[in-house]
Amino acid sequence: MKSIIYLIVGVFFGILMYKSEAASWFRIYEMFEFGAFHMYGIIGSALFLGVIGTSLIKKFDIKALGGQEMQLKPKDKSIARYLIGGTLFGLGWALAGACPGPMYVLAGSGYVSILIVIGGALLGTFVYGVIKNKLPH
Amino acid sequence: MEFIYEPWPWYVSGPLIALTMFILLFLGKQFGMSSNLRTACAIGGAGKVSDFFKFDWKSQRWNLILVLGAAIGGFISANYLSNNEVKINEDVALKLNSYGIESTQQAYLPTEIFSTESLSDPKVLAILIVGGFLVGFGARYAGGCTSGHAISGLSNLQLPSLIAVIGFFIGGLVMINFIFPLIFG
Repeated sequence: MKSIIYLIVGVFFGILMYKSEAASWFRIYEMFEFGAFHMYGIIGSALFLGVIGTSLIKKFDIKALGGQEMQLKPKDKSIARYLIGGTLFGLGWALAGACPGPMYVLAGSGYVSILIVIGGALLGTFVYGVIKNKLPH
Repeated sequence: MEFIYEPWPWYVSGPLIALTMFILLFLGKQFGMSSNLRTACAIGGAGKVSDFFKFDWKSQRWNLILVLGAAIGGFISANYLSNNEVKINEDVALKLNSYGIESTQQAYLPTEIFSTESLSDPKVLAILIVGGFLVGFGARYAGGCTSGHAISGLSNLQLPSLIAVIGFFIGGLVMINFIFPLIFG
């Protein structure tokens, strides 16, 4: 039963990513060229509501279904891992024009080439896991 | 009925992304798409090589189902809800034309990079593999991607997420301003 809920949320999210054009390479390029407000409007309005909603959840200590705590754990403190990792991610985001969510959406849309991007992303994740302890965090 | 094929404006899309995040929070989960890559590695047996992949991946099953749904959503959209033409800023489009990307304004993804025929070009293959690799490696190193940091993390006012998002933009700006001219120039 719960699986069906996640499947429905996924379908909704997939349509949203495609229809908002956040899954389009062109929109990502345009964003980094500061060529349109579109992507900034999407992220900005999501954040505006996200910040308000998250602070309300914390203020009133609202629980998730079943009474469990909301998953709002603070992130570990560091600068190096976020800055270096973030920069590497940004290089890939602009080059492939897709972040992880949209990759799966585009695979469903029938772009065979995106499977190679996903393969690269799996390899990147694997290599990180192997050399993790040698990297500054 | 034409409006069905129109893209959704930012003021519809952004709030719906926030809604997605809140639905997952209420279900007791965290909005994070790149975690699935780690889960996939764990299922593939990467735990034999690194402890990073030794975790109870079955607890992440919900996220894999979400991804399956996202792919179905992509199929529905591309086939029934879109004319698959993304219209971007004219000046930006002209710049892409000068890079040899002529499919601008007529496709959802540049056919020069994403058409199946282009796969025989080693340069295109390298773009796809390296781009994917950096996304996968960078997301795990930074502990999250656009959904985990730029949306969930910043909504929770996390300084680490702000640093990560600044990194996303440093990387993106370096790529399009300094590396694209080398690749496409």
